[in-house]
This record gives sequence, C-alpha cells and structure tokens, in this order.
Amino acid sequence: MSDLVTLTIDGVEVSVPKGTLVADAAKKIQIDIPVFCYHPKLEPVGMCRVCLVEIGLPMRDRATGELLKNEDGSPKLSFRGLQTGCTVAVSEGMAVRTASQPVKEARGAVLEFLLSSHPLDCPVCDKGGECPLQNLTMAHGKGTSRMAFNDKLKIAKHVPLGELIYLDRERCIQCARCIRFQEEIVDDPVIRFHNRGRSLEIVTMSEPGFDSYWSGNTTDICPVGALTTSDFRFGARPWELTPAASICPHCPVGCNTTMSTRREAISGGRKVIKRIMPRQNEAVNEIWICDKGRFVHHFADSAQRLTTPLIRKDGQLVEASWDEALDLVAGQLQKHKSAAAGLASGRLSNEDLFQFQKLFRKGLGSRNIDLANRQLGGGEIVAQVGVGSGTNLKDLGKGDAILVVASDLHEEAPLWWMRVKQAAERGVSLVLVNGRRTRLDKFAAHTVNYEPGQGLMTIRRLFGLAQVETESTRDDQLAAAAEKLIKAENLVAFYGSEGLTFDESDALAKLLGNLLLIKNGHNHTGRANNGLIPVWPHSNSQGAWDMGIHPAYGPGYAALETPGLGAAQIYAGAASGDIEALYVVGADPVGDGLMADRGKLSFLVVQELFLTETAALADVVLPAQSWAEREGTYTNGERRVQRYYPAIPAYGDSRPDWQILAQVGERAGLEKPAFAASLMFKEIAKAVTQYKHMDYRSLAQVEKQWPDVGGDDLYYGGNAYENGSGLGQQWMAAAESGAVERFEAPDIEPNSFESLPLIQTRALYASGTLTNISKVIEARLVSPTLTVSPADAARLELSDGDVVDVAVNGASVQAKLSVSKYATVGLAQLSGVGSGFVSGTAAAEFNRVVESEKELA
Amino acid sequence: MIEEAIAIIKGMATTLKVALKPPVTVQYPEMKRPVSNRFKGRHELKRYENGMEKCIGCALCAAACPSDAIFVEASENSDEQRYSPGERFASTYEINMLRCIFCGYCEDACPTEAIVLEHDYELSFYDRASAIYTKDMLLVDVPVNGMDTPRTVEPGTFDRSIPDMENPK
Repeated sequence: MSDLVTLTIDGVEVSVPKGTLVADAAKKIQIDIPVFCYHPKLEPVGMCRVCLVEIGLPMRDRATGELLKNEDGSPKLSFRGLQTGCTVAVSEGMAVRTASQPVKEARGAVLEFLLSSHPLDCPVCDKGGECPLQNLTMAHGKGTSRMAFNDKLKIAKHVPLGELIYLDRERCIQCARCIRFQEEIVDDPVIRFHNRGRSLEIVTMSEPGFDSYWSGNTTDICPVGALTTSDFRFGARPWELTPAASICPHCPVGCNTTMSTRREAISGGRKVIKRIMPRQNEAVNEIWICDKGRFVHHFADSAQRLTTPLIRKDGQLVEASWDEALDLVAGQLQKHKSAAAGLASGRLSNEDLFQFQKLFRKGLGSRNIDLANRQLGGGEIVAQVGVGSGTNLKDLGKGDAILVVASDLHEEAPLWWMRVKQAAERGVSLVLVNGRRTRLDKFAAHTVNYEPGQGLMTIRRLFGLAQVETESTRDDQLAAAAEKLIKAENLVAFYGSEGLTFDESDALAKLLGNLLLIKNGHNHTGRANNGLIPVWPHSNSQGAWDMGIHPAYGPGYAALETPGLGAAQIYAGAASGDIEALYVVGADPVGDGLMADRGKLSFLVVQELFLTETAALADVVLPAQSWAEREGTYTNGERRVQRYYPAIPAYGDSRPDWQILAQVGERAGLEKPAFAASLMFKEIAKAVTQYKHMDYRSLAQVEKQWPDVGGDDLYYGGNAYENGSGLGQQWMAAAESGAVERFEAPDIEPNSFESLPLIQTRALYASGTLTNISKVIEARLVSPTLTVSPADAARLELSDGDVVDVAVNGASVQAKLSVSKYATVGLAQLSGVGSGFVSGTAAAEFNRVVESEKELA
Repeated sequence: MIEEAIAIIKGMATTLKVALKPPVTVQYPEMKRPVSNRFKGRHELKRYENGMEKCIGCALCAAACPSDAIFVEASENSDEQRYSPGERFASTYEINMLRCIFCGYCEDACPTEAIVLEHDYELSFYDRASAIYTKDMLLVDVPVNGMDTPRTVEPGTFDRSIPDMENPK
C-alpha cells in the first residue's frame, strides 16, 4: 500500500501508516518508548520530554536529490540530537535509536527532574503498584538521588476538585492529560492549569467543582496518583484486587468494564466491589466510561438488599424458604393460567428474559407479557434496518453522516454522545432533529429544532425532501440536512423518544427506516456503519425485544397470531380484575407511577433486589442477584451481545433471575432448570435465529486492539483496560441478508398547543432505586426541575427558583423552576421525576407553590 | 587393662565436672531467659513519642508476607480524628499468628518502622480465631507524655505520612 511508511527502530524494520507517531510505531513492534504526557487517545503535546529518542533521516545529495550511501551501501543518515518520539511523525527511511547512551541519559535526567519535586509517598498513594512513574523510574531511573530531600516542594495534598475527584498537588507531574481529556475528548473544559512554574496547579472552574460526567476517566489516565476518586481513595492497594470483567448495566451503550473486588473486614468479611474501571473495547466504549457507570455500583453491596424470599402471611411479609415461596408462586400462577400476566424490565439479562417468556408462553399458556415501561418503539424495525454488523462509530469520517432524532445523547447514553461528537470533529456531517437544544448542537452541521408536537411531521418532511432529487430548492436547514444525509456514504441514525409518545416513537422508527432505505447511490442499510440505533431506556431493552418480551412477538421477532395484552392493558386489567395474577421482575410500576396499587389482583409476585413500592404490596417477594453476582449477557443498542461475569458472591440467599424463573417453571410443568447460564444461552441460540452463531465461548473471544493499552506495560496508564474476557458479537440485521420492504408508518396527527407545552427530559443522574444508594453521587442527583426560557418564565409570571406545581393529565408534581437562557423558547422541560410522568409532549398547567427566596431577599 | 581404667576415670571426671556446674535449664515459666536483641517474636505496632501511630496502613507488610498472614485495611485520617501522620491510617490490622513464620519481611517492608518483631514468644491458643491478633492487641501502649489516638490536632501539623528522610550525602 502506498500510504505505508517504512522505518527502522533499533534496527528493526517496521511499516506503519503515514502520520503514525514514532512512539506508536515503536509500540507496534513491542519497543516501549516511555511516555507520560502522551496518550494514544489524545493529541500529542511533547510536554514531559521522557520520550526523547535519536531520530536519523536519510541524507540526500543537494544537487541530484539522490540518497547518499555509506561505503557499505546502506543509506547515510543524519542524526540531529534528541527529539520527542510522541510528536514526530514517521517518514520513509527514518532510523530511530531508543536505547543509545544519549537517550538513556536524557531519560534518566527527565525522571530525576520529575522526581525532584515528586513526593516519596508511594506507600500511601493509591496509584502505587500501577503507576507509570513508579514503573518508569524502576526501568530507567537512576536508583539514587542527588537532590536534597528537604528541598522538595511541600504543597497541598488534599484538594477536592469536586466531591468526586481529589487532587494531590505534590504528586502532579503536570502532564495535562486530565485537562486535555476534558477539553479534547469530552468538551467539558472544567479544569485547567493555573499559575506557572513551581506554582503551577490544576484548578476547577465549574460550580459544583469538576462538573463533568467524565471526571473519573481522568484518574485512569493520570500517570501518577495526583487524581483519585473519592469512592476508591485509600480503598485498597491495586495488587490486592481481583478483577472481574463486566458490562455496565445502566444504559444501552453497554460499556465494557472491569470490577475490582476485595474481601473486606469492614463489610463483614464479604467480597465487595471496590472500583469499576473501563475495559478496552474499541467498538463500544474504547477506554472510557461515564461517571454513572463508575460510581453507581454500591447497590450490589447495599445492606437494604433482599436476602430471603418473603411471603405475605396475615397481611405481613415474612421470611420463607425458597421451596415454600416457589411452590406458592407456581401454584398460584397455574391456578390463573391465561389470566396471569408478566412484566419484566429491560435491565434483566437475555437469559432471564428468555426464561421469563418461556415460563409464561410454554409453562402457563399466557401471552400477556411485556416490558413494565416501554417508552421507545421500533424494535422490529431495528431488527431489519439496525446498524450493520461490524459497525464502529470510530470508522465514520468525512463524507459520512449521523442523524440524531428526539434524543439527548449526553444524558441518555453518554458514551454515544462522546463518540458522535468525535465523529463530527472528524468531519462526519451531524444532523440533529430535536425539540430543543442539546449539548450536541455545537458539533452539528445542521440543527433542526421542531415546534412542540411536530417531531414526527418534521421527520416526515425530511423523508419527503430526501426523496426529491432536485437541488435548487434546498435553502432551508431541513432540506440541506436531507441532502447531506442522502448523499452520505455511510449513514447512522440514532433515535429516542424525548417528547414523543410510544406510538409516535414507533412511527418515527418506521420513518427513519424508510429514510435509510432510500437508494441513492449508497446503500444505507445492511452494511457496517449504516443503519438505525435506538437509544433504549435500559441496558438490555434490545435483548428484551430479541427474547420476545412483547405481547405480539415471540423470541427472534416471530410474530404471534393472537397477541397478548400489553403493559397498559395489564395495568388496566389489574385494576379491573381481568388480570388475576401478576409477576413483576426487576421493575417497580407502582414506584414509577404506572400502576396506582395492586388493584383487584388476587396474586402479585415481585422478583427484585430491593423492597420496592411494588414489592411492598406483593404476596411473594423473591430476592434476585444483582448483575455483579452472576453471569449473563446484555445486548446493546448496536445489537452487540456482550457477556458479563460474576464478581462477588451472592448476597444472602438470592438467586439469579433466570434460575428463579426456571425453578418456578419446573414446578409449573416445564423441564428441569439448566445448570448454568451458558446452557440457558445455548437454548436462546436455538430459539432466536439471530443468535444462532453465538455461545458463551464465542462471546468471550478477544482480538488484539489498537491502541495497545493495558497488558504488561503501563505507559498509557491503567491496568484495567486489558480485555481478555470478550468483545461481544453483533447480530445481523435482516437487511444484511436480504432485501427489506418499506415500512407503513401510521399517520399520527401532530399536536398543537395553546399554552406552554411540556416534555420530560432524561437526566443521567436521575434518582432511582439503584442510583440513590451510591452516596458519592448523591449531591449530583437531579431533583425535580422545570426548565423554561426567560421569555416563557415572564409569560407565566414565574421566576428562577420558584417551586412550581406541574399538573399533567390529572397527575401533578412539584418542581423547582430553572430559568435558563439556553432553554428553547416555547417549551417547558421537566427532569428528575419518575419516567412515566409525561407521555410525549403534553399540555400542562404551572402554578407557583413557593416563591423563590431570591425574590424575597 | 590400665588403659580401660584410665578411660573410666576420665569419663567419671567429666561427669563429675558437669554435675558440679550450675544447670542450663531454667524453671520456665517462673523463670525466663532473656532473648537476643535480634530475636523475632510477636509483632508490635509502634507509636511515635507523641503517641501517634506509626502505621499508615500502606499494606506493604501484607504484600511482603510470604505466608499471607497479614491483613490491612486503610481509611482516611482527618485532623479531627487523627490516628497517624498523613492521610492514611490502618483501620483494620490483623496478623494470623498461626500462619506467621516470623521471617521479619514485614519489618523490612515497613516504610515507617511501625511493625517490629519484638521479644514475646509466648504464643499459644485454644482455638484458631484467637490466633488472629487485631490492631488493638498489636498496638503498643501510649508512651508517657504522649496522647492516645484518635485525637484532634491543629490542621496542617501532621500532613505527611512518611517521616522526613535523610538527605543524600
């Protein structure tokens, strides 16, 4: 290939793509050029100088331009002193010396310089044991010091940058990795250098301090122990921790993580999760995770967990044995058979969900199963025109396009936000069609903010415009956007359900499917890096579709002849008495406001981690294991099936969800439960055609990833990055193996509003059963907040800080008013309330309850 | 014949000589023999003269221990509740004396000379659980003029974990 450049490093010849930096080229042939400030995910800056190497370039005759040769025929090289290997790009014929005497001396000198003001407190430092500075000093340092110890800088060692991240100023070597990460990668420049020279320090400029969803990543890439998280600070020494590979259970991105666990005396001798760090998967989360994934894990070790089955006796929930509880559940469900219904959550694993539908469909003959709160439609559309297998958002570049509709990725799926943002910076045309401003607007080529209630109409227009070939009339944003999209070589479309009802989101998926199916030179379906990505509300909502947790679809999207009842009908049936028995797994419909009480149900069984509001009303409560205690698989929004592993022992007598369901099934006449989750998955692979190539072994396969972080060397920081436990497998959308017909999108009348319409927006740190338990993020949890623009606030005669009563369709909630100049005019946004409060865009009434203190003062 | 007689007399003389010597054995446990200064007996966690604990909970002793006898858990110090200088102290410190082989590696690993193998060798237990020595059993008494831990101190007075080192010569 012409864009390969060949050079020699320490006498070894290597060919690398043009533009590769010398440090990276050396890494490819396992020659480690030490680095501190350089990181393969960040732009090089050449600040720390530890990567100094000798670089020789071939000499040419000035007159003829020919290469000069030595007597032995080898090309004559000119070495001009030391250069930084992290900033120099390779060139043809270059020769690099990484182990010569001048290089060794320079390295030693840089290390001596860095250590001249670095404290010798490795024994108490959280990075000690996995510290690049420690390792490089061991490898290249002098072993003794010429510096006077009492000349060392003595500065603050306990500087909270926020309540999540602490800075030790003494340890900082001023490489600026953290600052550059915040600026370049996540566009949250909330920390920066202050002052110069010996007084240089890192300061935060946000209120609250270090206000970013990504702050934890800076502690991973910090090459010393200057940045630590309040969660893990002094928690354990790295060598005492046992790693376990996992998948983040919080959003549809499915970030690969590593849980570090340790047995602890303060936890009564239990093995507990000490920290969660990213695990490299270049197709999913690269080497990053958001702070929710990092800090919201304490629910697994919470003392509030259910430990034994509970049975209601004389109106009280009392502890019972598993056999007693399972017999009771199976007996009751069999009594009610087709009048029984099941509601599951998108947080459960594929194994759980498959066993759930099997229990109902095969064991009880009931088709009444659904997700407890289905907010986003279009699963069957995704099965056909979802992104092609092999999709990696990192592969999108110039000439490609990404469309994001009705979703705020920054709050709903932070890693996708980051990757879409980075794609836009690489030259991808980003088109946003949202009801309001979002944090992606800054990076978008075209932003269309539709009027409240007009979302579907706007997409219909976009689809219409995309079909028209003429170019002359394209003057408005939407038309220009349509042209960009349709002419793009690759097109990925994200869609969510912000401000849309379920039916609207379902229609949206169909319209977007049709948009992707327009053939105009490029095929936008059935190929890698093309297709639809739904921004599901939960980590395994995709798996729930695949496993057939749907009243109308069986496993593998097999349409049922006679559909069962959906969630809304089940709730109505429970109230009216048509549904007699209800089995709720991993969901809290009462707490979420979807179900008022148990209605006329004669039997309610809840399978949960905690005694939720629904569980408190149940006849039987079954304690389930959290994701950290068991094996399983999640399918992410890109339809990548990923495996997670047990990290800690089971809490109390809890059992995995699939096992409980299988044991109920056994008592209801199904076969004996499988011995292991892997066997459950084999059963799934048989029943779900899309999964037929997969098993636990293939899901655990790994291959070499670039950049090469993790492994034995720690130059790029963080020993948790190494992925030895599986990259997952994407299942093929229907469009990849055959033609797909256009979808019939129903006409849904757009709403128009006389007063200020209201939508519900999602917040990353929304309070909930799982998030409330993590004390570290308590201060960042979003309380009910109503956001309006100053103009709307003036019209409603409300002011910033007022407590407002928001009434929608008979229900009401009190929220604090935030007047923001960034808010979209003509739209009120409500965040921090239960997910079922507002459906779509709704008319609402706003009444002041408490006047803002600011005004009183 | 005479040679045999001499041999018997020699032997008896040796017996007589030894019989007249004072005995080597002592009346243990009433009497105890002093041990050598370098004897490695039961561990002690030392304190500074002011009463502050030397142990900073770094767990290097546990890392060095060849028989995995030591278990350490650290927590964060504050000026209101200070146990040791610096930010970190050992909130849990346990040594399983049944596992310990008294090799003294922990002593070598300790950056603050907090753990010292002292001269107590009377270690016997009726059950396995009592072989686990906890921090309060290992920690030495507060020296005279010292103060017990945890204690409240002036902010900024004890902010370094590792005592000042001697400058290189």
